[in-house]
Amino acid sequence: MPRNRIIAAVAAASVLVLTACGTADTPTATAPSGALLPVKLQLQWFYQAQFAGYIAAVDQGFYRAQGLDVTLLEGGVDIVPQTVLAQGKADYAVAWVPKALASREQGAGITDVGQIFARSGTYQVAWKTSGISTAADLKGKKVGNWGFGNEFELFAGMTKAGLNPGKDVTLVQQQFDMQALLKKEIDAAQAMSYNEYAQLLEAKNPATGKLYTADDFSIIDWKTQGSSMLQDAVWANTAKLGDPAYQQQTVKFLTATIQGWAFCRDNAEKCRDLVVAKGSKLGKSHQLWQMNEVNKLIWPAAGGIGVVDGAAWQQTVEISQTTRNQTGDTVLKKAPEGLAYTNDYINQAIDRAKAAGVDVNGAGFQPATVTLTEGGA
Amino acid sequence: MRRVLAVLAGLLTFAVLWEGYKAVGSPDGTVLFGVRILPRADDLSMPHLLTVLRRLGRPELAGGDPVWLVVLRACLFTLGITAAGFAAGALVGLLLAVAMQRFRIVERGLLPYVVLSQTVPLVALAPLVAGWGGSIMPPWATVAVIAAYLAFFPIAVGMLRGLQSPPAAGVELLRSYAAGWWRTLVKLRFPASLPYLFPALRLAGAAAVVGAVVGEISTGTRGGIGRLIIEYSREATSDPAKVYTAMLGAALLGLLVAGAVSLLEMPLMRHRRHVEVATL
Repeated sequence: MPRNRIIAAVAAASVLVLTACGTADTPTATAPSGALLPVKLQLQWFYQAQFAGYIAAVDQGFYRAQGLDVTLLEGGVDIVPQTVLAQGKADYAVAWVPKALASREQGAGITDVGQIFARSGTYQVAWKTSGISTAADLKGKKVGNWGFGNEFELFAGMTKAGLNPGKDVTLVQQQFDMQALLKKEIDAAQAMSYNEYAQLLEAKNPATGKLYTADDFSIIDWKTQGSSMLQDAVWANTAKLGDPAYQQQTVKFLTATIQGWAFCRDNAEKCRDLVVAKGSKLGKSHQLWQMNEVNKLIWPAAGGIGVVDGAAWQQTVEISQTTRNQTGDTVLKKAPEGLAYTNDYINQAIDRAKAAGVDVNGAGFQPATVTLTEGGA
Repeated sequence: MRRVLAVLAGLLTFAVLWEGYKAVGSPDGTVLFGVRILPRADDLSMPHLLTVLRRLGRPELAGGDPVWLVVLRACLFTLGITAAGFAAGALVGLLLAVAMQRFRIVERGLLPYVVLSQTVPLVALAPLVAGWGGSIMPPWATVAVIAAYLAFFPIAVGMLRGLQSPPAAGVELLRSYAAGWWRTLVKLRFPASLPYLFPALRLAGAAAVVGAVVGEISTGTRGGIGRLIIEYSREATSDPAKVYTAMLGAALLGLLVAGAVSLLEMPLMRHRRHVEVATL
């Protein structure tokens, strides 16, 4: 009986679908929010210590104490935080300043309300034996870069050193791991101090059987070359900033965010554990390294955490307008118009955090020494 | 039995090729006129298969679950997404095919757009769909939508061909019996379309897997094998074997889905002729 067979096949298929769906359901723990205001924050990437301050502020109830029920949205390969924010799918977003400014120029109505990372964490790493220690040494070398707007500090640095990035070096599109440098396919690789650089130190040197050490590499730190740009900042929706309720919410959000980052400065290991508990696949020692490096990018904050430093902003905008990458593009065509950044809300938040006894400057901050293990485990 | 042996032989051949190349290939690969024609054979690029298998047994992170368990769980999660996307895609494809067969004007108007739909890059689609997650559907469902978007196409096109496949004589016979459109569809067109449907389902199964894996990577949906691949690939610098464990999982997922589709086929196709069908 063909009909029975058809029914059997359909039944088998639906059972397959149903059981499979069962495993796809993840338990979503949504606590009754009561009078709490729901707020969504779009992160740039998966949970990692780069976002520890926000994770801690959720976990330690800092947002809750401000009457906010904050949901952190993880990023993905094709998720552009500032676009998500501009489309109204999130209330705030974490994004690098140059990229967010580029989105602004294309019409995204967003404003930098808190410059959490005061410093840039971008390095160009080379083998110590290669003799590369300054941007000028890159002449004639194979230079790896990430592209997609992540490369402008490198290009500005090379331009500043008198090189023509299009002619004097061989540019190589780099993957998001450091294998190309380890295999010596390229002479210098782009790396974030808190991520890719640590991956190098977690890899085993096949010649010695031990991990590579900082002595094996030399670093060009763009902060010291005057070509660094501002990175992680909290962005808000410009149009909504006209609404007093959103203004209030922004101050509250920033206040708790400051508390979160101050907590992670003073409790790096505890924050590492929070990030690991969030299901990060990166190992514990790697996360602690990242936490420590991220802390270095924030603290000490002379003007208070999150306050946009006018000079650093100007430098970022200038490089964005003048530096050309290999295809001759600049990040920005003209200076940012309208309310690109404001310190109004972060200053209010700092006052509130101070009143609550939070150290918003971290003048006494001392970075720890983190020992990495193989694979970051 | 013969099939099982064939699969085993295939696996063995792969293992021999992999390890054989590692043994004879240059660790730096072969570069001809500045173009790499053979890949590097060093441990960083091509870890020994044994290393990969051993890595499966070791914990993912210090004190965590072993990698094989994590990979298996991720596979099951993605299997669920794939199945949901496959089912939704199959249903949509089927309905589209029936509508296009029934109304010539729908076929003329819609078919170009059905083809066009597959040229929209996933990069453009994913952020749009990802925005639905958490508001109108759970995040995993957005990935299922992407899987369905890729899966419906071969079914719509293949099934249309199948529904149009009965010879005119058959259609005229049913008309002479005064059978209406619905009867003709059920008694003649559906049975005639089966040899076209199953190859289309296989293609759809493969497309759904690709859609689910790429969708996870694209939207960053956690829990599945796509996300695991990208998370592990970040550790490729220091733990190259780990990346391959996730890829092994993705391959396993593909095999599972292909197997499940053939299972669907078995009871229906036992007595039917197998035809070679190109759906495009």
